[in-house]
Amino acid sequence: MPNLAKLAPDSYHLLQGNEAIARGALEAGVQYCAAYPGTPSSEILTNFAQAAKDAGLHAEWSSNEKVATEAALSAAYAGLRSISSMKNAGLNVAMDTLQHINLATLGDQNGAMLVVVADDPQSHASGDEEDTRWVAQMANAPLLEPSSFQEAYEMTKYLFDLSEEFGIFCWLRDYTRLAHARGRVQVGEYHKADRKAKYDRTKMFTPYIAPPKHAILVEKMAQIRERFEESSFNAYEGPENPELLIISCGSGVLCSRDAIEELGLEAKVGILKLGTLWPFPSRLVVSHIQKAKRVLIVEEVDPYVETHAKAAIADARLSEPPEILGKVSGHMSYVGENNPDKVIAALCEIFGIEYVARDPEYSTKVEEIAGKMVVNRGLIWCAGCPHRASFYSIGNAIKRDGRDAVVTSDIGCYTMDAFPDGTQLTNTLHCMGGGLGEACGFGQLQQFGFKQPVIGICGDSTFFHASITPLVNAIYNKANMVAIILDNSITAMTGFQPHPGTGRTATQDPAQIVSAEELCRTLGCRVEVVDAFDTKASTAMLMDLLKDEGGVKVLILRHACELQRMREERKHPYKVWVEEEKCRGDKCGFCYRVLQCPGVGYDAHSDKAMILEALCAECGLCADLCPSKAIVKEERA
Amino acid sequence: MAISADPLNLIICGVGGQGNILLSGMVGSAYIRKGGFATIGETFGAAQRGGAVFSSVRVSEKREYGPLMPEGKAHLIIGLEPLEALRMVQKYGNPETVCISNTYPVVPAGVSANRDKYPDIDELKEGIGNLTKQCWFLDATAIALELGAPIAMNIVMIGAVLGTEQLTLTPDDIKAQLQESLPPDRLELNYEALSRGMKAVA
Ligand SMILES: Cc1ncc(C[n+]2csc(CCOP(=O)(O)OP(=O)(O)O)c2C)c(N)n1
Ligand code: SF4
Ligand code: SF4
Repeated sequence: MPNLAKLAPDSYHLLQGNEAIARGALEAGVQYCAAYPGTPSSEILTNFAQAAKDAGLHAEWSSNEKVATEAALSAAYAGLRSISSMKNAGLNVAMDTLQHINLATLGDQNGAMLVVVADDPQSHASGDEEDTRWVAQMANAPLLEPSSFQEAYEMTKYLFDLSEEFGIFCWLRDYTRLAHARGRVQVGEYHKADRKAKYDRTKMFTPYIAPPKHAILVEKMAQIRERFEESSFNAYEGPENPELLIISCGSGVLCSRDAIEELGLEAKVGILKLGTLWPFPSRLVVSHIQKAKRVLIVEEVDPYVETHAKAAIADARLSEPPEILGKVSGHMSYVGENNPDKVIAALCEIFGIEYVARDPEYSTKVEEIAGKMVVNRGLIWCAGCPHRASFYSIGNAIKRDGRDAVVTSDIGCYTMDAFPDGTQLTNTLHCMGGGLGEACGFGQLQQFGFKQPVIGICGDSTFFHASITPLVNAIYNKANMVAIILDNSITAMTGFQPHPGTGRTATQDPAQIVSAEELCRTLGCRVEVVDAFDTKASTAMLMDLLKDEGGVKVLILRHACELQRMREERKHPYKVWVEEEKCRGDKCGFCYRVLQCPGVGYDAHSDKAMILEALCAECGLCADLCPSKAIVKEERA
Repeated sequence: MAISADPLNLIICGVGGQGNILLSGMVGSAYIRKGGFATIGETFGAAQRGGAVFSSVRVSEKREYGPLMPEGKAHLIIGLEPLEALRMVQKYGNPETVCISNTYPVVPAGVSANRDKYPDIDELKEGIGNLTKQCWFLDATAIALELGAPIAMNIVMIGAVLGTEQLTLTPDDIKAQLQESLPPDRLELNYEALSRGMKAVA
């Protein structure tokens, strides 16, 4: 990752969309940056943290997205330029704050605030395909969506100025194929920002009393709409009178260009690229729509542009309105991300073109050869992952307890338990904090005849993010449940960010640890801590806690994430191998079939398990659990 | 002879954690340094936990292309794992595609659990051979293990790519990228990995 404060002006770089956004913010003079990690948004703050010392920034991993947004808001009140970045799900957490800000305004110290929300079409790393564009309208926030890496950088700079001019926060929509893709960006000049923070204590900023403030905001949005009608972020490319007009935004623009080129339709199809999505530039769209008899709308997930374009056309009362093709007509899908093939398919249908991506004979051959051999590769815990040990113990305790305990789980690497290759002990799984929240409910069903024990699971980062409130609720309302905190001492799934339990800040400065263990004790419940790799003790302790009917019990299964350990220590102190005489091979298969650690394989020729040196992390879990004691873990000489 | 195509569509694939992102970044940056465009679409995040990952790299002198290439349009597939190389040939290959692949298998969980079968490595190589114009195989993981650094497998692989001369990039282009992405004390080892990869296909 380059230090973005140090890129030479005017030079070209291969930047990730998230890096382009961060560089744009630095050039715009951002000073206060707060976020909670979430794929695909995390690298925005990681880059600020890396540049923080050189650029004189405040960069923090906040305990959740709402706090991050409120912290950034205060910086804007004090006259700074601030940014809060989050993934789509994070927006739901921050929304209570965001909904109010623009009514209250950003104060009177000329501050500015940018909110970046990274959507994840195709749910590469999310529970759903939430399309957050609608929400900008609800919060009365100007929303831009970049369609290239260069534009991500430019829009970021533009939005800070717009935010300051109108005293409202602005919104940049990021998305996986921008955030986590890379492309060429020419950067501009960067100067270290040096605004001083202050607040006029005679002033009050709040959405209350809303109606008159709402009227002012509506007027601001009308002015911004006029700007957007003329904005250079919206542009047409293609023939003067195209047979088909594509209206597109975001990732759809490059996909459309590629599809047109692939099919040689340059003389027939034009593209109206929209960058300003809210307020929607209705007049501009109507003026271009009259160019063609047919219009195809290419956008990701929901028919947002399609809905607004149709409304604009209806309002314009055109005598011969064009035919609008898109999601509603069935030419584009509501589901999944854009790719050139989807646009190619739609164009083929519209123009009656037969497109052959590759020689049909070759395709048949591919299916004959690859179709037989290629098998699925699901997600699974790393070799040496403490969650593998924890779920082994949890499963064991549930089995031995014998009363069908219900497991409500949460979002982190332990979510992989619920995936096809996981142990699938998980019963319900929704969102951050949901594990303990749902356990609260199951734990209070006794009066309706519910007799099963309840296990609510969260991770250490999730604990600080959204699990403390449900824990307090459970304690106070006397839910009977075991809360398990899978403490791997890092926010692993999103890329190893520190959290309040780790003792380090985003900028790697030391901080006082907030101890989950002590906090839970203070709240008044029984708390037990066991090393996750001590499966015997973990199992016995969980069985004991399941029997304890005295309200909320907390079990902390603690062991560092193996990937994080390797990042820090870079060494393997142990050696693990299979004693072949003792291994019963496929008659047992416990280590590779049941534990499913990527570090252990099966050698069909010798009918023995084998440790794969390139992959094994030498945690010793398989050695501990092997029923024949055939696996040995020893310290390296 | 280097592939002459514009856009040049390149796939780098493997299993999460094998280092495809470092490779795609080095290749993309090297082309941008030469004055061209490069766009990369790739798998991040959750999918890195042992899942199948790939980077779609598109290089052009003309314009910026989208991060994902259309299906069936790969010119070169670089496999950090052989099953993943075949998976990518299946989706993005065509009769003109060339492939350079590591032969060291990483067995999916479904195979360990006896639900699926990992193909015989010779059949796998033959399959890739039958579906590509030209292919090269090397055990890059074994080479990296010999160097005492399994993590450097991806660098052995990019060395092999240089060795086949399918790209217009030179060893110096890649070394310049390594200097930017790695701490100085890791350079020696990675230069060695690079040259071992080049020799493996010579
Ligand atoms: C509201 C919300 N914010 C952020 C995320 C992104 N996210 C998914 S998993 C995760 C990390 C959880 O960390 P932890 O609970 O410590 O589990 P680990 O991955 O370390 O096992 C985060 C932040 C999300 N899914 N939802
Ligand atoms: S990153 Fe860490 S916590 Fe996540 S699966 Fe790997 S070892 Fe486990
Ligand atoms: S010791 Fe066993 S369980 Fe642990 S990483 Fe190695 S193979 Fe996997």
